[in-house]
Amino acid sequence: MSMMDWIDARFPATKMWKEHISEYYAPKNFNFWYYFGSLALLILVLQIITGIFLTMNYKPDAELAFASVEYIMRDVEWGWLIRYLHSTGASAFFVVIYLHMFRGLMYGSYKQPRELIWIFGMLLYVVLMAEAFMGYLLPWGQMSYWGAQVIISLFGALPVIGEDLALWIRGDYVVADATLNRFFAMHVIALPIVLLGLVAAHILALHEVGSNNPDGVDIKKNKDANGKPVDGIPFHPYYTVKDLVGVVVFLFIFSLVLFYMPEFGGWFLEKDNFIPADPLKTPEHIVPLWYFTPFYAILRAVPDKLFGVIAMGLAIVVLFLLPWLDRSRTRSIRYRGPYFRIALVVFVISFLALGYLGTQPATFLYTLMAQIFTVLYFAFFLLMPIYTKFDKDKPVPERVTTK
Amino acid sequence: MSDTIDTGKRRFLTAAASVVGGAGAVAVAIPFVSSIAPSAKAEAAGAPVQIDISQLEPGQLLTVEWRGKPVWIFRRSEEILNTLPTLNDELRDPQSEQTQQPEYAQNETRSIRKDVMVMVGICTHLGCSPTYRPEIAPEDLGENWKGGFFCPCHGSRFDLAGRVFQGVPAPTNLVVPPYHYQGDNVVIVGEDAQGAA
Repeated sequence: MSMMDWIDARFPATKMWKEHISEYYAPKNFNFWYYFGSLALLILVLQIITGIFLTMNYKPDAELAFASVEYIMRDVEWGWLIRYLHSTGASAFFVVIYLHMFRGLMYGSYKQPRELIWIFGMLLYVVLMAEAFMGYLLPWGQMSYWGAQVIISLFGALPVIGEDLALWIRGDYVVADATLNRFFAMHVIALPIVLLGLVAAHILALHEVGSNNPDGVDIKKNKDANGKPVDGIPFHPYYTVKDLVGVVVFLFIFSLVLFYMPEFGGWFLEKDNFIPADPLKTPEHIVPLWYFTPFYAILRAVPDKLFGVIAMGLAIVVLFLLPWLDRSRTRSIRYRGPYFRIALVVFVISFLALGYLGTQPATFLYTLMAQIFTVLYFAFFLLMPIYTKFDKDKPVPERVTTK
Repeated sequence: MSDTIDTGKRRFLTAAASVVGGAGAVAVAIPFVSSIAPSAKAEAAGAPVQIDISQLEPGQLLTVEWRGKPVWIFRRSEEILNTLPTLNDELRDPQSEQTQQPEYAQNETRSIRKDVMVMVGICTHLGCSPTYRPEIAPEDLGENWKGGFFCPCHGSRFDLAGRVFQGVPAPTNLVVPPYHYQGDNVVIVGEDAQGAA
């Protein structure tokens, strides 16, 4: 009896390996857009490992936090590398996640029967935003401090309970030591556990129904005599090898940023964050990190505190509803009609434009533009049941195509 | 002992145990939820502060810290006081009807003494600290600017009594904290004349 047999009789190691890796049949026509799921997983591992090592020198104390980060940067052996890996990794995470989500939009990966994969993915996105937001307070620079002050004040906009809720979240009358301490706890243990659980749910749900593909063809309809999908290939070795190519290219680009421009011109680490937090002085121009700016622009576009906060919340809620807003039976953009294609282009332009406007001062012209793009952003979702229903989709082939 | 299963009894016992267990879980949650509310130490740090304003010149602004927030104390000239009522048409709440100030500061100048203004320097929009812009008609704020506070975060505007202008994101006037005078030149921020806030 082999060692593996001994283990398998007690733990389903081989069974799990087959089910999720060596005998998980994925469509054979995956393209460039299918790298980002595995890359997101890679970055998650990177963030956890670098994060663990950062906590060994970081001090979650309003008096000591800023200096401890500088200590890591200057005095800890290789500390600068670990810290920059973590900060660059955070931005890379969002780059990869946004591309991953855009893939889902293009190929209809959120559509029946993959609604739960999309919901788990959206929950991951929301938790990731919370994780990034709380992590950004930890260096205790000016931008950390005032960014947190602004975002926590959003809760204060809620009627009746708002102010008490904001007070409870901060644990003090303003963002203070208590806030830093609890954000640290959330950032290093509570939210990462939730993230890992959701990643497991996301992947289990995916492996239950099978991967979508650029043609949006259901490969399970077409099986050979052994019950294997004709258009499927085992994840290992085919896609493990393909993803490794993606990892090499990704690490190449990642390293360029990491070693040559870790602050990325103030986009990944904002300039004001190299000034210690000062509760009595707001920086001239508060900007959240780039991955939040589309939603920040929506918040500012509405000239009313409560409705601004509601609009920002709804901008995320509508994404959850996508599987039910889309009434078309066709998944992939390759066979969708002109309405959806135009709508998707308008949506992408609006999202990028809002992202840019969120980084700029709120002048009259920019506010007006933000209002227009906010309307277009919501139009993509709210009009979707109409334009997807009347769209002139093309016939979807029986088998996947390889170009 | 009979072989029949009393499903009604089982269901009752399961439900009763769930309710009791659920109540226990809620009770256990209370200490955790309460533990992150402001601690006794944070509340104690909210004690009143004393400020001597004898050296404060007209137009000069003094920032002091109370409960970790910036509190502004500044002296207004006769000219500024005359400008305040002329702005009423452009303001959201010129008569200070919303409770953003103690009763004794609910007047035309939003202050106890007309010339001395005391208020919390935190924008009522999202908690940034507005900048003091006393100059008349600077280039970036337009020719109608009569002096006031401008929030750099989202462009909210307030006059020199902390009253919010129309068409800006901030919904209400700036907050006037509880305060009183001890003699002519000492302001106590954080408590009313009768005692604690």
